[in-house]
Amino acid sequence: MAASTYREAVRSALREEMERDPDVILLGESITGYGGSYAVTRGLVEEFGSHRVMETPIAEAGIVGFAVGAAMGGLRPVAELMTVNFALLALDQIVNSAAKFHYMFGGQWSVPMVVRTVSGFGQLGATHSQSFEGWFASVPGLKVVMPATPADAKGLLLSAIRDPDPVIFIEHSLLYSTRGPMPDDPAALVPIGRARVARAGTDVTVVAYSRMLLQALQAAEALEREDGCQCEVIDLRTLRPVDYPTVAASVRRTHRVVLCGEDWRSGGFGAALLAELQDLCFDDLDAPIARVAMRDVPLPYARNLEQALLPSSEQVVETVRSLL
Amino acid sequence: MYRQMVLIRHFEEHAAEAYAQAKIGGFLHLYIGEEAVAVGALAAARPTDPLLTHYRDHGYALARGCDPTRCMAELFGRATGLSRGRGGSMHLADRSRHFWGGHAIVGSHIPIGTGMAYAAKYHRREDVVLEFFGDGATGNGIFHEGLNMAALWKVPVVFICENNLYGMGATLAEESPVKDMVIRAEGYTMPARQCDGMDVLAVYETVQAACAHARGGNGPFFVECLTYRFRGHSMADPELYRDKEEVQRWRALDPIPRFGARLVAERLCTERELTAINEQVEQEMLQVVAAADAAPVPDPATVAEMIYANPIDPAAPVMALGAAPPPAPAAVLLGE
Ligand SMILES: Cc1ncc(C[n+]2csc(CCOP(=O)(O)OP(=O)(O)O)c2C)c(N)n1
Ligand SMILES: [Mg+2]
Repeated sequence: MAASTYREAVRSALREEMERDPDVILLGESITGYGGSYAVTRGLVEEFGSHRVMETPIAEAGIVGFAVGAAMGGLRPVAELMTVNFALLALDQIVNSAAKFHYMFGGQWSVPMVVRTVSGFGQLGATHSQSFEGWFASVPGLKVVMPATPADAKGLLLSAIRDPDPVIFIEHSLLYSTRGPMPDDPAALVPIGRARVARAGTDVTVVAYSRMLLQALQAAEALEREDGCQCEVIDLRTLRPVDYPTVAASVRRTHRVVLCGEDWRSGGFGAALLAELQDLCFDDLDAPIARVAMRDVPLPYARNLEQALLPSSEQVVETVRSLL
Repeated sequence: MYRQMVLIRHFEEHAAEAYAQAKIGGFLHLYIGEEAVAVGALAAARPTDPLLTHYRDHGYALARGCDPTRCMAELFGRATGLSRGRGGSMHLADRSRHFWGGHAIVGSHIPIGTGMAYAAKYHRREDVVLEFFGDGATGNGIFHEGLNMAALWKVPVVFICENNLYGMGATLAEESPVKDMVIRAEGYTMPARQCDGMDVLAVYETVQAACAHARGGNGPFFVECLTYRFRGHSMADPELYRDKEEVQRWRALDPIPRFGARLVAERLCTERELTAINEQVEQEMLQVVAAADAAPVPDPATVAEMIYANPIDPAAPVMALGAAPPPAPAAVLLGE
């Protein structure tokens, strides 16, 4: 079985879709000569030309607005927003344009576009270390995807580009260099809206996505080793629409659930997930739904201060133990 | 063109009346006084040129030939409305007529039209995208981002600024350091022309030249139409910020009688013919209002439909995903 890094997986999805469909274009800041601030698009402008890999001004709202229009004009744009922090400048276009047109204009047209952006941290300070997936996931009209593995990064991006609706595709800066197995069929799609049971277990359900999946899997190993506890770890993969059937089926067997995310506890994605699961699973639960999330603090620069805030596998272990 | 201006005027007068009777809800922004801009500009463009406008959009829809009954039905919130009762006055759209929407977030459609123009250029279509917006929109960053990209990538778009001297209650002097909006285009090395927006022929000629420029592969063009809205910003506006004399001065320039007088002076039309047009249109509008009023409201059971072109149900069995094509416009059915 072939292996790939997460970065190469994203790049190969972009490359293959561009080869398959001449209407796929990329646009973003420093994505051509520089190769993208996380080097994802390196080499693509040489391969496809500057009319398909477009260097843009530093204008996030303009980039997304332009992509919405390009999609309406018959293209399949993939807009890169350097990080999710800068995506805030494009919120209007994402929420009021991309997410609304199909509904608000009575189904006359859809907006087939992807916004690729990046969450993460690493002593980058308060303005460059945030996670906003909960905001996007709260908007009807958007689909929101956060892959944790190279295979999913590729398969989900292929699906996202082919989808007729706007998809927010959030990568993670600390995952780009991780390696993982790739499917034998390089063109295999991973469907949007399907969670994956990443590790089967019987005692507690741990729901995670993106980088927190790795923390959750580490925690599950430690819990098995040290406590003999069998965690079932679910990789959510898509945050809108959430695959509630898969999560609920697991909770029905384990009767306990921990929700993991890197965004702020108050109003974060986990808060919405918790509320919904309480409705769906209340009778199945033997313990309150628990969360691992970022404390409500802007991320500081100093390494020790930042470390003190980041959700970790140790926190997942402690939280699971608190339920047993 | 005379008939179209009269049509817009009468349509909106009836809309104002229906609003007063609470048959129309929300915001209603009237275009009365500015008819020469939409009519002159759209007559100068091709009917297939993509059109995007701000929320003061009834005039463009009608000038583009959208069915007045379906426009009125949209204002009435009916299932047969242009946007099937989901959009309302500010969000009319008719893809079959290449009208890609009224956009109610000020300035938001400017990069969108730029992107559409890029797609036209990419596919080697001869389209010129027409984008209409107000003077107020030029204060928003998104306006500048859109113009910058349009100029950078030399896309076929004509930006048409309706300078009606106000952005809601803000006077031009309060909202802009420049009096002439054409100056905004200079920083983007974009050719620009100002014209009398109360004169339908002046608008026609200016936009014709602008379209020729853009269609010829020379990149974007900026047009400023000097105009005035005779009514308040919306139906809710008490108009405390401008004096009645100013309104009277501009009313004397009303584009409809002005163009009518010219048609008569040049012997292209008689007074009697103009009167007949007015009467015909009025009769037509009475029918439009009656038909809109009789149209069915949308079925509440459908309220959560159409959010996605490809709705995903995580509970459904996995199908061949990614294969679903966007719905063809012809597949959009009317009614519920
Ligand atoms: C981004 C945004 N801010 C504020 C508003 C509220 N608003 C609606 S219309 C308007 C004035 C716009 O003026 P202008 O662009 O000159 O157009 P006009 O109404 O004169 O046709 C304002 C402030 C809005 N719709 N969108
Ligand atoms: Mg104005």
